[in-house]
Order: sequence, then C-alpha cells, then structure tokens
Amino acid sequence: MSTNLVLLALFMFAVTYPSRALGLLTPGLDRLPRAAFDYLQLVGPAVLAALAAVSVMVVVGDDDVPSFHVGIEWVAVFVCLAIVARRRNLFLGLVAAIVIVVVAREAGFAALPD
Amino acid sequence: MRRDLREDVPALSESVAPEVRASRRRLAADAAGIAVSAVGFGFVYGLSAREAGFSVVEAMAMSTIVFAGAAQFAAVGYVASGLAWPGIILLTALLNARHLLYSAALSPWLRDVPLTHRAGMAHLLTDEGFALAISHFRRIGRADERGYWLGAIVSTFIPWNLATLAGVVLGAQIPDPARLGIDVIFPAAMIGLAVGLITGRRELVAAIVGAGVGVVVALATSPAIGIVAGGVVGPVVGLLVPAAIAAETAPLGTAASAERYAMPGMHADPENADDPGPPDPGASDP
Repeated sequence: MSTNLVLLALFMFAVTYPSRALGLLTPGLDRLPRAAFDYLQLVGPAVLAALAAVSVMVVVGDDDVPSFHVGIEWVAVFVCLAIVARRRNLFLGLVAAIVIVVVAREAGFAALPD
Repeated sequence: MRRDLREDVPALSESVAPEVRASRRRLAADAAGIAVSAVGFGFVYGLSAREAGFSVVEAMAMSTIVFAGAAQFAAVGYVASGLAWPGIILLTALLNARHLLYSAALSPWLRDVPLTHRAGMAHLLTDEGFALAISHFRRIGRADERGYWLGAIVSTFIPWNLATLAGVVLGAQIPDPARLGIDVIFPAAMIGLAVGLITGRRELVAAIVGAGVGVVVALATSPAIGIVAGGVVGPVVGLLVPAAIAAETAPLGTAASAERYAMPGMHADPENADDPGPPDPGASDP
C-alpha cells in the first residue's frame, strides 16, 4: 500500500495550520492590511472555479496535448451550480449532477470518459 | 482560584448557566445537521481520492492531518493532473489562507483559553467549526470552550474521517466508477464549494476570471499550470471591482459569513442575520 502522499499531507498541514493558529495564538492579527484580507477572500472562489472548469473543459490525450472538451459533464456541473446557488444545498447538487451523467451515459447520449 | 467566583472563566458543568445549556442544545442540533453533511461529503471525498489513486492510508492521512475539505478535494485534482508537490503546497496555502480570517475573528472570544488548548482548537478550525462556534458564542455572549470542542469534533472531525474511510474502502468494490458518474463528483463539488464562497461581485469576478484563465492557460500549457494561473490571477482581477459596487453581503470573519458557511446544512440564525460582525478586540470581554 502506497504511503507517498502521507508526506504531502504533512506538508499541506504545515502550510494550513499557521493560517488556523495565527489568529488564535497571536494577538493583533486582525490588524493585517485590509488588502491582504481582501485578496485572501477571493482566492477560494478563484481556485475552486478554476479546478472545476479545467476538470470539465480540458482533457489530456495520449499524446499529452491538452484539448478542449465539450460533454454532458458541462450540463451536470451547471445544474449543480444552479442548485447550490438557489437552494444552498451542495449535496442535492452533487446528486443531481451524478444522475444527469448516469442517465445520459446509460441512454447513449454521452460517452464514458477515457 | 475558585472558578465559580471568577466571571472571566467558564463555569464548571454543574453550574452551567441556563442560557449556555440552551445554546449548547442548539449547537448540538446544528452540529447534527452538519455531521450528516460531513458524512456524505467525506464519503464522496473518499471515493474521489480512491479514483485518483490514493491508498487508504494516504486518503486518511489527508483527512486527519490536513482536515480541510476543499483543500483535500483540490489535492485530489492536483495529484490526478500531475501537479508537482510545490505547486500543490502553494495552492493549499492559498486555499486555506481564509482560515486566517476565522482565527482572527475568534481570537477576541478565546483569548482567556489556555494557549495549549487554543493550539489544539486551531487544528479543528474549519468552515463548519467556525460557523458553529461564532454562532454559539454570540448567542451566549462569551466563549464556551466545551461548546467549541463539541461543534468541531462531533459535527465534523469524527464523521469526516469515518466517512473518508468508508468511501476509500468501499470505492474499491465499485467495478466501473465512470458508469456511476463518480468522475463528475469532483468538478461538481468544486463549483458547489466555489458558489458557497461567492458573497459579492468581487468573488464572482474572481471565480469567473479564475475559471476562464485556468482553461485558457491549461489549453496552452497543462491543466496543472492552468489551475495555478486561474487561482492567482482571478483574485487580482476581482480586487479591481470597486468596493462601492462590490455588493459584499458576508465578509469573511463576520457573523453573516458564519451563516453563509453553514451550507449545506440548515443553520440560519435570523436573530443574528444583521449582526455587524465579531467584537472589537479592544472592547470589553466577549
């Protein structure tokens, strides 16, 4: 059983814990420059949106060349987005996305991923 | 010093004030809702990690040591896309930097808690833990260390880890995951989490630009570089939106943000909906 990524987890902890602990252990952190707080607030949406978009829109072929992908996954992810935005229920959104993909693939409207 | 004679030290269990007991009951109810969510989401994380090639030990190490859902999901994507470890670590630092805001917001409430306790509390500080704690503290008007542990451990840490184990173990029993649509869970979860973080036009612009830049750069170079580019450039462009038209509804670290982060549970607290935010550190004790 591989354990290589345990070391990665430790590194990830090493960069996560300070964010969690600094405010609790260091008085005055709330006096950081406003611009720093503003930037930090925007990192989450940007990274997560980039991950989602790249995951459904870019595929890497056997030749290691990225190419643009259009598929049922777009619809599934958009429906999830709409449900979360409207109902604030991520779990419902995930279930809807899975159902859309499964039904489309079983009905032959969409191909299985490589 | 006798704790029952000091107003600044939480009372012992046998003399807990009625309002604290009532708030803890409310906390427990909210925690139960979040626990259900954590079980489902942790299970999905376990499945995704398994799909990306994580072993049981590796997936569990992420859930116990890192204990940060969004960053863990992102790490699954990074590893699957072949991003080098320095890039993964950098993006993890950026993604989890929002916890600075939570810890800064909780700091005035917890300053009388022993340092070693606060050090332990920090590891359990998640979106959900923050939401539960700040709401509880505001209801009772002061910190409640036991309430913090209850919310953080019972609502998230235990269910998240047990569900991760179940997901990564049971995932091995699924012969053809793509037929069950498991491959779409990751991008759907990412976009859902992103929506939960969008509380104004700046976040919206950052997300759209991050996605667009990510795809363009990914097509020109590689998915891994595209993700980094989107995550770095998106916030810069988002900051260009003037504050006057940003329409920010829930700045991080405020009570409104705590309510927002209670998703996907049902933890709205109308009494605190218009609360301006955490107490001024220079003001009287919480």
